[in-house]
Amino acid sequence: MALLQISEPGASPDPHARRHAVGIDLGTTNSLVAAVRDGVAECLPDDAGEVILPSAVRYRADGRTQVGAAALAAAAGDSHNTIVSAKRLLGRGPGDLAPAQRAAYDVVDAPGMVQLRTVAGIKSPVEVSAEILATLRQRAEDSLDDELFGAVITVPAYFDEAQRQATKDAARLAGLNVLRLISEPTAAAIAYGLDNASEGLYAVYDLGGGTFDISLLRLTKGVFEVVATGGDSALGGDDIDDALADWARERSKLPVDAPNDRRALVAGARQAKEDLSSRAETTLDCRIGDATWSLPITTADLAEVAGPFVARTIDGVKRVLRDAKVQPAQIDGVVLVGGSTRMPLVREAVARALGRDPLVDLDPDQVVALGAAIQADALAGNAGAGDLLLLDVIALSLGLETMGGIVERIIPRNSPIPTARSQDFTTYQDGQTAMAIHVVQGERELVDECRSLARFELRGLPPMVAGAARIRVSFAVDADGLLDVSAREQTSGVEASVSVKPSYGLSDDDVARMLSEGFSAADSDMVERSLRESQVDADRLLSATRSAIDADADLLNPAERTELDALMAELAARRDCGDRAAIDAAVTSLAAGTESFAAARMDRGIRRALAGRRIEDL
Amino acid sequence: MKIDTDDFALFGLPRRFALDSADLDGRRRSLQAEVHPDRFAAAGAAAQRLSMQWAVRVNEAYHRLRDPLRRAGYLCELAGVPVSAEENTAMPAAFLEQQMSWREALDEASTPEAIEAVAGTLVAERDRAFAGLEQSLDVDEDPAAAARQVRALMFVERFAADVDQRLAGEP
Repeated sequence: MALLQISEPGASPDPHARRHAVGIDLGTTNSLVAAVRDGVAECLPDDAGEVILPSAVRYRADGRTQVGAAALAAAAGDSHNTIVSAKRLLGRGPGDLAPAQRAAYDVVDAPGMVQLRTVAGIKSPVEVSAEILATLRQRAEDSLDDELFGAVITVPAYFDEAQRQATKDAARLAGLNVLRLISEPTAAAIAYGLDNASEGLYAVYDLGGGTFDISLLRLTKGVFEVVATGGDSALGGDDIDDALADWARERSKLPVDAPNDRRALVAGARQAKEDLSSRAETTLDCRIGDATWSLPITTADLAEVAGPFVARTIDGVKRVLRDAKVQPAQIDGVVLVGGSTRMPLVREAVARALGRDPLVDLDPDQVVALGAAIQADALAGNAGAGDLLLLDVIALSLGLETMGGIVERIIPRNSPIPTARSQDFTTYQDGQTAMAIHVVQGERELVDECRSLARFELRGLPPMVAGAARIRVSFAVDADGLLDVSAREQTSGVEASVSVKPSYGLSDDDVARMLSEGFSAADSDMVERSLRESQVDADRLLSATRSAIDADADLLNPAERTELDALMAELAARRDCGDRAAIDAAVTSLAAGTESFAAARMDRGIRRALAGRRIEDL
Repeated sequence: MKIDTDDFALFGLPRRFALDSADLDGRRRSLQAEVHPDRFAAAGAAAQRLSMQWAVRVNEAYHRLRDPLRRAGYLCELAGVPVSAEENTAMPAAFLEQQMSWREALDEASTPEAIEAVAGTLVAERDRAFAGLEQSLDVDEDPAAAARQVRALMFVERFAADVDQRLAGEP
């Protein structure tokens, strides 16, 4: 047996090792991965030199899976097995689908998140998204020639709880350590702000293939503070393509019957729309059945079809300005993000609404991934990235159902996160011993018009007269925008809590099952995979503890220092012992051993924060 | 520093109603720069948990200090005179009359300009009320008087929310 190597306590084997962390823009139409190399963020290309990966996955009868351009090329001929725009299905039930989406696939008629029947079996949009993420992960590991420390994945600011959770689940399936989910407009602002060393109030207008976001951010010395955000997670360029396809079918009485015909028509409509960004007229070309069609189309036609969609985004812009109590004149800059902002129609509408010409000097397709990469580099703790700080808000209000189907708002939209709020409720009937807690998200007054997130029950309440019980319901939203809810009866101490696993989410069991069923991107050997995970945890904790000691060793007395060194040496020794349980136990011991040190460091940080400020005459 | 330290001490501010909001924003940024979970994404679980607790605490204090009405209510509470709005609903007759006339003005306002005019009256009234709170809390040191002013202002704020809704074109 080989002898295990043990490094000197407190000394990192390679103190200058750079942690490789990437930013991933998981888009409706296209996805990208970017990383900071030599201090510069750049999108990573595939073998063919392409940075854009079309968000398309094709399941084939031979068991192989195609991702990207190859899958997209087959979309029109193999509609049911080629999933495009899976992002629009994340965290959504069959009832949420638009008729066009429903028609394109073989949707399983079952409650919960949408499931699609393919030649390779039933697939959820989480699995489809995981294929895309796994492809990007592989690309990044090849480019960087190293394993990834973690990834920042972007989501539309307006994504709700279920959609965020589904995105995180997809990343887990793809074997990615998610450092943080951040909003797409915020990522774009980071890319712009750090590039131009800007200060002030910025509006980011992000119209992608399937989602629309508008965010207002204040930039102050490397701090990006989201002031207000809004949008529509089901509004994007796809809708314009669909509407343009409908318009063409009506006008020319096209015989569109099969899903494959529809795909061909929509693809032709998209191409025509893109052509019209650079010229006044073009043709919409598509092949339906055995016939080839070529229909003339002008910018005026496009304006007529796309106008109502663009108008909806402008309503969203106005609402966010109202929420933030900001006049257009107070805005220092406008940033455009997303492929759909290439349309002159969109640029003109935004310029009119905000009274200034938008900044377009960064590629709208790449800017989100670039910003995410910069944030990933900072979160990984790499030197030189330390000054960036992102202060985000929740985009949608969170509340509870009360009597009569009315929503009681607990955390209003645009509250800074992380946050925690609680509110007391009481019973409705004498002797009531249980209470149903229904958590909802949205801005409407009525429960039915909001999105249902979770239901749970608080049981075993002591019988009391109506109105005597005091049930405190607490909401906590973490830095990823994910929610935890707990309820406690104050007089008896009866408790119930739920980590919100949304009605359309996957359970831990689902994820475990997908992994064990040989999700194609995952490592096949579960034992090997979990051992590897424990080793990664061990490395992470050792590295974090070493950095903490390097920074604040003076906070430890000699006895504490000796104990920490011993715990670290023990973990380092066990790291390669091959026994997962032994590694986990040593991780737990070291984590517990650092509790009071972590508290002392936090205290020092808070004092440091205020040290530079004048303390007024207390 | 303890997590249950009061909001003013946490932000290194005196217990006063008067406050420079740009300075408050700056203090919040400095505090979050130290405690925010993003600063601990590569740290151990203990540090991550503490960071979450402190970041939540800083946001909670900021939320309370930034809003003049919440800040005034909090100062009353710290001075041992909780506002207890649910138990003290009695308002002076003159105040109720003024409320009624505002409601009527809003009901009758049919154009955006007319609603803006109601909103303008409210802003002026609010500014007067805040000046009154500053007098009670910072000069007279009379938290009981301030608590009464806070309760009255809560009505004004509720009305202001209705006006905002009308301005936003919602029913």
